[in-house]
Amino acid sequence: MANQTKTPALYLAEYDTPNAIAQAAMKVRDAGYQKWDCHTPYAMHGMDEAMGLKPTRIGIISFIFGMLGVATAVFMMQYTNAFSFNLLNIGSGYPLVVGGKPPGAFPSMVPIMFELGILLCGFATLFGLLHIIKLPMHNHPIFESDRFEAASDDKYFISIEAGDQKFDLDRTKALLEATNPTYLELVEEEVQ
Amino acid sequence: MSYDAPIEELGETHLLPEGTTRNEITETIAGVTENPAPRGWWLLFLLSVSVLGVMGAALAYLFIQGVGVWGNNAPVYWAWDITNFVWWIGIGHAGTLISAILFLFRQKWRTSINRFAEAMTVFAVLCAGLFPAIHTGRPWFDYYLFPIPNQMDMWPNFKSPLMWDVFAVSTYLTISVIFWYVGLIPDFATLRDRSKNLTRKRVYGFFALGWRGAHRHWQHYERAYLIFAGISTPLVLSVHSVVSFDFATSVVPGWHTTIFPPYFVAGAVFSGFALVMTLMLICRSIFKLHNIVTIKHLDLMNKFMLGVALLVGYAYAMEFFIAWYSSNPYEQWVFFHNRLGWGQLDSKGNWGPLWWAYYAMVFCNVIVPQIFWFKRARTSVPIMLIASVLINIGMWFERFVIIVTSTYQDFLPSSWGMFHPTLIDILTYLGTFGLFFTLFLLFVRWIPMIAIAEVKGNLPGAHPDLHALEAHDEEPDTGAVPVPAE
Repeated sequence: MANQTKTPALYLAEYDTPNAIAQAAMKVRDAGYQKWDCHTPYAMHGMDEAMGLKPTRIGIISFIFGMLGVATAVFMMQYTNAFSFNLLNIGSGYPLVVGGKPPGAFPSMVPIMFELGILLCGFATLFGLLHIIKLPMHNHPIFESDRFEAASDDKYFISIEAGDQKFDLDRTKALLEATNPTYLELVEEEVQ
Repeated sequence: MSYDAPIEELGETHLLPEGTTRNEITETIAGVTENPAPRGWWLLFLLSVSVLGVMGAALAYLFIQGVGVWGNNAPVYWAWDITNFVWWIGIGHAGTLISAILFLFRQKWRTSINRFAEAMTVFAVLCAGLFPAIHTGRPWFDYYLFPIPNQMDMWPNFKSPLMWDVFAVSTYLTISVIFWYVGLIPDFATLRDRSKNLTRKRVYGFFALGWRGAHRHWQHYERAYLIFAGISTPLVLSVHSVVSFDFATSVVPGWHTTIFPPYFVAGAVFSGFALVMTLMLICRSIFKLHNIVTIKHLDLMNKFMLGVALLVGYAYAMEFFIAWYSSNPYEQWVFFHNRLGWGQLDSKGNWGPLWWAYYAMVFCNVIVPQIFWFKRARTSVPIMLIASVLINIGMWFERFVIIVTSTYQDFLPSSWGMFHPTLIDILTYLGTFGLFFTLFLLFVRWIPMIAIAEVKGNLPGAHPDLHALEAHDEEPDTGAVPVPAE
């Protein structure tokens, strides 16, 4: 529209082979860029090294919430089945004696502790993942490019975002051109 | 060393035919959801929806009349309902096994069947969950199972295996759905990018969450996937163990057995693998997926089934050994009379009336799979189709044998009885096939039934050869490094 102007959002370089993109990624990494990424149709092994990424720490989230699930289960079962007091007015438990077992018998509570631990761990892994990778995201300037549709099919892309401190229209272009992409595009974003 | 070198060193061939391109994989799999449905799909779908209607009618009649419409009665209080529950949930287990356990063992051949098997898990667990819910007789009181106090301010007894079951099955369903969905995100993105019309683009775009294949995402995604595989593996073992506790913690002869947890898990995996095989063979031929699910995949699955058949056979034999070794007359009665049919205490001198169920089980589960010792059988589609159907029938009989033959004649001869299924029993069971196949057919039609992204990662030369690249770092990339099959 007339009242909209376009500003550069990112450079998009396309490659045909895994080796080509890995080689290009190493060059971009060595040039010191931060806000850049490789887009591949599947998880490509060795790219962590080629891009110089730190190992992921999502496992910490999963572990903490898994343990929290176990603790929740212990609390729930002991509170409701073993004791009779009213904590914070949430209703009191009732010591249940079934089959002559002590009301708070621990071994019989292990299965539910395990299941609840797994359940919370699973939810934490899902939402932790979405939080770390900042998805769902409504839109991204990279989708302005028609060529990019092949990123989920059979092509490999490197994008360098304009928000990067080292981003420079000419120098970044020169860097990417030196990596022999099969296609290079400056993707522009509409700004109101 | 190249990523593919170990495969070549071992003299193995690649799973997918040499020269398959990534685009061909996308076209084949995504094409199923884009092209008009084949006539076979419509026929099966209409049939499934009709059967689902039968289930609806059977359930309505059950709710109006009560559980008396089933054949369950003293002393057989658990019959087809719990048999079906255990059978369906067992079927689900293969899905998790294929997607999680084989992932942990780096079995790459799983990628062609894992999505399929995961979907099967979700739908099978739904069918399974139906039975405990309806066998309570008054399903509107099922909320008693949730950890909330009832009107007398009493909470559920968490020390009961039936409560463990509630937690195990609901956790299993939840985690299976999450695991399935996480695996689907990149494939939804593929479908979104290929969409020609706006509705499709929006719907798939919604589920793809804005996925753009960024490696900074893949990195965390892969670890999350590993964690899901890591937690699903003990989960799947625990679920069927907990199901077996429903029986094993009782004192009924034939149920009170320490071998039950591993025995149930092995049986679950066995039946699930057989159903994956049956469904895969049908879908493979309807949707022409021969290049992606190759005979090599099927051969590996058959080897696996043979192995599990031996495990199951061992469990059957061990039960008899313990019954004999225990010298417990009740235990021996259940095994030798109720199951094998031996013994003359029956006043008319007849065999134990349910002997045929036991022999059917042994024939289908132990004898039939032995054919897979032969490579010709492992690679023959008709043989594996028949064998996998027989195995599923056999596994249903296994649960029927455990539940009914253990209870119809136990301690007190004056309380002995017999179980006869009613028409409603049969219709309810058949009806769950309608539920399962309706969901399953919708799945194959609208969701990529094979993990597109994972299959692509298994193509020869799909991963860069960093060490070779670093050696050639200064040379321009003009084919200096050979890239096979591109």
